[in-house]
Amino acid sequence: MYNFGFEKPGTVADAVAALGAEDAQALGGGQTLIPTLKQRLASPTTLVSLTGIAEMRGVCTGDDGALCVGGATTHATVAAEAGAYPALAATAAHIGDPAVRNRGTIGGSLANNDPSACYPAAALASGATIVTNTREIAADDYFQGMFTTALDEGEIITEVRFPVPEAAHYEKFVQPASRFALVGVFVAKYADGVRVAITGASNDGVFRWSEAEAALSSNFSADALDGLSLPSDDMISDLHGTAAYRAHLCGVMTKRAVAQAS
Amino acid sequence: MTQVTMTVNGKAASGTVEGRTLLSGFLREELGLTGTHVGCDTSQCGACVVHVDGAAVKACTMLAAEADGAEVTTIEGMANADGSLNVIQQAFQDHHGLQCGFCTPGMVMSAAALLKDNPKPSEQEVRDYLEGNICRCTGYHNIVKAILAASGQDVPAMAAE
Ligand SMILES: Cc1cc2nc3c(=O)[nH]c(=O)nc-3n(C[C@H](O)[C@H](O)[C@H](O)COP(=O)(O)OP(=O)(O)OC[C@H]3O[C@@H](n4cnc5c(N)ncnc54)[C@H](O)[C@@H]3O)c2cc1C
Ligand code: FES
Ligand code: FES
Repeated sequence: MYNFGFEKPGTVADAVAALGAEDAQALGGGQTLIPTLKQRLASPTTLVSLTGIAEMRGVCTGDDGALCVGGATTHATVAAEAGAYPALAATAAHIGDPAVRNRGTIGGSLANNDPSACYPAAALASGATIVTNTREIAADDYFQGMFTTALDEGEIITEVRFPVPEAAHYEKFVQPASRFALVGVFVAKYADGVRVAITGASNDGVFRWSEAEAALSSNFSADALDGLSLPSDDMISDLHGTAAYRAHLCGVMTKRAVAQAS
Repeated sequence: MTQVTMTVNGKAASGTVEGRTLLSGFLREELGLTGTHVGCDTSQCGACVVHVDGAAVKACTMLAAEADGAEVTTIEGMANADGSLNVIQQAFQDHHGLQCGFCTPGMVMSAAALLKDNPKPSEQEVRDYLEGNICRCTGYHNIVKAILAASGQDVPAMAAE
């Protein structure tokens, strides 16, 4: 690792000020950023830790009934405290391993937008709102391709708001070496329709499967997906699975997610 | 350089660290607590697991500066007050839960974190909890047995043996 300075502000305002310095970068749980720094793929002058900001930690229910998760809340806390949205709590409970979950944060995961990460699927399928220090961004506008988001330089995710669905489930086909999703499908059923978001499969990162959404919105059962499939053209192909295999898994995982949604 | 002060195994410890100093490096090189092993240094293997404010974390993937003010427990802090092995450590010995011993500090720290939250885990819960701890020697069965024994439960014969 190249060396850098370290700051740990106690408020969002102080963090934003510290991130105004040239080449300063936010540090969440460090579970992605520290390995990246070790590989010298990033060289910030200063890391600004967000873990000391009390207003960015914790889970609560908003006035509109949405589940609100502070941007610096760890996966372990979401697993333990997001009982109002069980499928979200279960998603957090299966990210990586216990030690990763004790440090890694929702803000870090969504800012990173790894194409195989779990939270992007949960946020997109839930039509979540990503709240930053300057604005609110709808999940549909937020994810802009592999490792790419709508965030501006120095902008930090302070909260994520999840409308709570009638039924939902995240089905993850684990890639056992990385513990990320080889393919993961989050299905969420709302009064006005079903949303399906898929991670791990596409070269463009997390995406919605609109044909499956239409079929499930009129008939919320695994059978409604019979005959539907996704083209493999733009799917990830690597030693863990070919593009065709991933395309196939998308269908299988979506059916399983629907069958288990509660 | 940043000044850090933390409580390590019940004793005050302080030092001056660079921004990039990892908690694993601070424990091993500054404090001489080399029981915390660094196997992969890429957050995969779990040999470096310690407790920070009671939670299991990978010390190779946390900055020392982040642990300023924290309570840290390492494998050196696990023995009983009289120096004898604690119940988990003793169970690893009794059930042959280690061979080369490289993964053992992390295994014991993960086991301690599990049993604190879940005093009577099922065999499957033990296996799930150890997902981030890799052992290249034992094949895991004896580690799982040791943890079940440490929790005061009967040790089952395991199907895959
Ligand atoms: C062994 C292992 C297994 C894993 N398995 C999974 C898995 O199964 N599923 C999965 O989804 N993930 C997995 N992860 C990734 C893990 O969830 C990370 O915690 C997460 O991707 C990054 O979160 P972080 O808080 O650690 O962020 P950091 O590593 O600290 O930061 C990541 C990036 O986000 C930025 N950032 C951090 N917080 C914010 C914020 N609040 N606002 C704006 N930008 C911010 C940083 O500047 C950096 O660019 C795994 C990681 C490891 C090491
Ligand atoms: S040395 Fe920390 S996880 Fe391997
Ligand atoms: S005993 Fe050798 S790695 Fe586990």
